[in-house]
Amino acid sequence: MNAMLTNTIIDQTSTQAMELFKKEAVMSDAIIVNQAYKKFGKPANPLWERLAQVRNHKDSSNGHKPPEAHKPTVAVDSVSFRVKQGEIFGVLGPNGSGKSTLIRLIATLLLPDSGSIEVFGFDVVRQAMQVQRLINRVSVEASFFKKLSPMENLLYGARLYGLEGKQTRRQVVEILTRLGLEKRSIYSPMEEMSRGMQQKVAIARALLSRPRLLLLDEPTTGLDPRSKHEVQAVVRELNEQHGTTILLTTHDMVEADELCHRIAIVDSGKIVALDTPAALKTLISRNGHEPTLEDVFLELTGKKLVKEEDEG
Amino acid sequence: MSTLVHEFRATYAFMERNANLVKRYWSWELVWMVYSIANSLSVSFIGMGMEKISGVSAVDGRFLVLYLVIGTLVWRYLSSIFYWITDVIGMERWEGTIEYTLMAPIRRVTHMAGQTLWAVLYSMFFTAIILVVTVWMFDIDISNANLWGGTVMLLAGSLSFIGVGVMGSVLPLLFPERGSQMTHVIIAVLLLVSGVYYPVEVLPAFLQKLAVASPATYVLTGTRLALLDGTPTRELWPHIWPTLLMGLVAIPLGLWIFGLAERYAKRTGKLHRNG
Repeated sequence: MNAMLTNTIIDQTSTQAMELFKKEAVMSDAIIVNQAYKKFGKPANPLWERLAQVRNHKDSSNGHKPPEAHKPTVAVDSVSFRVKQGEIFGVLGPNGSGKSTLIRLIATLLLPDSGSIEVFGFDVVRQAMQVQRLINRVSVEASFFKKLSPMENLLYGARLYGLEGKQTRRQVVEILTRLGLEKRSIYSPMEEMSRGMQQKVAIARALLSRPRLLLLDEPTTGLDPRSKHEVQAVVRELNEQHGTTILLTTHDMVEADELCHRIAIVDSGKIVALDTPAALKTLISRNGHEPTLEDVFLELTGKKLVKEEDEG
Repeated sequence: MSTLVHEFRATYAFMERNANLVKRYWSWELVWMVYSIANSLSVSFIGMGMEKISGVSAVDGRFLVLYLVIGTLVWRYLSSIFYWITDVIGMERWEGTIEYTLMAPIRRVTHMAGQTLWAVLYSMFFTAIILVVTVWMFDIDISNANLWGGTVMLLAGSLSFIGVGVMGSVLPLLFPERGSQMTHVIIAVLLLVSGVYYPVEVLPAFLQKLAVASPATYVLTGTRLALLDGTPTRELWPHIWPTLLMGLVAIPLGLWIFGLAERYAKRTGKLHRNG
């Protein structure tokens, strides 16, 4: 009897502990970006030419600014944010605002100049390998060996993550047919496929490694509406059924509104707003109609452009 | 899953991918094979023509042919290894997959091991076909040759060329647009100074000094001794150890340099640009 009770208590305790653990896991952060800073570019012309330019500029000081063609570009400017485990976190911004750079920094493909980024508690610079085991990425350009088939490409990708061949072959067929690819396409060269199909294969590649964090860099750009919906459904399912944390960049405001739990709007490498889609919409007022996420985006990123033009 | 199994699978990933690429680009491989055979035969025919060119009947045409055949085959093998390894980054830049491979949780030594194993196996296969055609074409007598000794020399030479290849693979990493083409400089200098088609003694003194530092010099000398003179394998040791030593230094050094270059590429954003 006592033993049964003890077992029950142990069961209850472990259940409670498990619940607590789960709760903590849900509450804890998947990504912590702390004052991340990244700039690119250095003067392309040699030092002596630059010195000559400065001298010439001094000699003919006619009020013009010195040439800025090679001025370093700040892609990510002291950005800080946290993404919770199990969250779909959107990053919106105009072209060149630093979204992809941010994703590359998290994906260990770039090193931050300063600041720090942690993924599930691992530092992306010092513990890159541990981070890489937990993440995968889908970029806007579906990058593959074009002559190889989806099966050959995915098998290659999966083996890099230590997956076994036989099981991977079965999973590739399962995932790709689910994403709407015909079976014969799985064994044909990628170059014969449309961009939409290639993008689906890119998503399948990321799914195969079962990442805890999926970095989606404009995954639906260039897809037809049906393919777009299929991809969005997969993203939602991954998040809801498997608890995958997703960081998504997109130019599709409706997509961001529907999928993301929270959204950061970035402009010129800085976060200009971060909140839930609903809360973001309260930031601006519209006479006559409820503001859309696109209105918010244009207001927060467009005003600045006008301001800069005015200043210029 | 143990780390060892993971790394083994990743190593195999590169071999399988390269095999698939060769299969898909079979027409290119065929063209390259025909080119390589024609090239090797052309060089070897110089040996046949020497008597006529010089008008000196004392020239042993058969010996000269074999001398040149060994040079062309050894060089074909070593340069094939070099190019496969230096292409580890170049081919991925071309295809645009480099970020995905470098984002995968594998050690760079595993990455290189996969590419290297493939490079050695494929280069052996490739060279063997050229060898068969050449032997048939020139009716070469290799009954007195120490084939085992020649093979040992080639394997020892592979090690040092792997190291040189790993170092060379840094160029496409650092120079996205022209890095792959820059690797030709390394192979051209090695071809010049290593005595592929002539004894290094005919070179000017300053180039002979460079020949000492080239692993190919030892491989070629050793292989010629084994195949032309039938020198026993144990007597090839003076030519084996320098190339082994160069490999033992060059491979870790190459990996270290590659690590630095990868870090630089990640700092400056050079991974993203496709050449």
